[in-house]
Amino acid sequence: MNTPAINALRSLIADDGGTLLDEWLLSLKAAGGAANGRVNENELRTQCRDFLAALQGAFESDAPTDTHTAAYEPVTAILDEMSRSRALQGFSPSETATFVFSLKHPLFARLRRSSKDVEALGDGAWALTEVMDSLGLHVMQVYQTSREQVIKRQQEEISELSTPVVKLWDGIVALPLIGTLDSSRTQIVMENLLQSIVDQEAEIAIIDITGVPTVDTLVAQHLLKTVAAARLMGADCIISGIRPQIAQTMVHLGVELNMVSKASLSDALALALKRTGRMVVPRPIASKS
Amino acid sequence: MTGGETIPIRESSDVIRVRAEVRRLAIGLGLGVVDQTKIVTAASELARNTLVYGGGGHAVLEVVEGKGRRGLRLSFEDHGPGILDIGQAMIDGYSSGRGLGLGLSGAKRLSSEFEITSVVGEGTRVVITRWN
Repeated sequence: MNTPAINALRSLIADDGGTLLDEWLLSLKAAGGAANGRVNENELRTQCRDFLAALQGAFESDAPTDTHTAAYEPVTAILDEMSRSRALQGFSPSETATFVFSLKHPLFARLRRSSKDVEALGDGAWALTEVMDSLGLHVMQVYQTSREQVIKRQQEEISELSTPVVKLWDGIVALPLIGTLDSSRTQIVMENLLQSIVDQEAEIAIIDITGVPTVDTLVAQHLLKTVAAARLMGADCIISGIRPQIAQTMVHLGVELNMVSKASLSDALALALKRTGRMVVPRPIASKS
Repeated sequence: MTGGETIPIRESSDVIRVRAEVRRLAIGLGLGVVDQTKIVTAASELARNTLVYGGGGHAVLEVVEGKGRRGLRLSFEDHGPGILDIGQAMIDGYSSGRGLGLGLSGAKRLSSEFEITSVVGEGTRVVITRWN
């Protein structure tokens, strides 16, 4: 990068008497970067002022067009903080990136005023574009990473949603399955069930799949394995909550669940009670007249 | 035919995404709840095959029209090892992996139309259609 272009960059912010900040804030708000007042006015002003100060520092370094140098660290630190907090607050990518891009307009206007000829303007514009685009990309990168972290955390939270095994009666436990059964989650669920068969000395385990949206061959295989393992522990399994459409699909799929199944959890409980030598009867009416 | 939607299949969460999108399209098409479940389940099988046996690939989901009716066409394509013997792969209970061996043949039974092409060393493509 030639010297005039670098000098042009250096003088952009240095000559400023505070008007650049106002122009930028105006341009930022017009472009929706304040996100309809979701960002506090004073906070935004402070953020912008700090950013301009940091950018000026970077412009005065040896290589003002290379945003990966140590001189740009204060600049990117401010951008990191800004992108991260906006990503977490649910700002859109454009609302976030506007922070940097809205500064282009006032800076280019200044560049045009300060450039002596077309060549200087061209060089300066190129240098400035390079810097601003690189910073804009950096903002998007951080924004994206932060969003991914949010998604990852949510995924972990979902997979940690406990799948409790509940005791329905002495010797009868139930496992209500909800959601998608991928391999890692099924493993946890299966271990939980087997452990509570031991803890509760259960003879019968009811696995309710009312909350499982899709039963494909993998889910069927997981169920078969769980039932086989429970059987080895001395407990019989009853599958309940197979909805009509799931039943039809499983028949077409060719999956044979060679296990006792009942349409609803209450039917399964009735069967479990019967098998363990109990019955539920209406209370006899004390007196008939 | 409306513009298809391409979903990359690289990890198991993508299989869930394929299922969700297929369900959404099936509901939009007005498929009954049984047909919805069938096509979603078929998509789940094929997407998992793409992932597990094909080493990843992509799915193209599109709404198609023909003979005065509308349907959902799903294509699953990978650049994996391919299938040496398609006839054998279509047999119930045959699996080159550790599955139940019902995915491919089951998906065929769950669809109105089923088409599979595979070249060893190049990859596999399965196209299914469910007419409304």
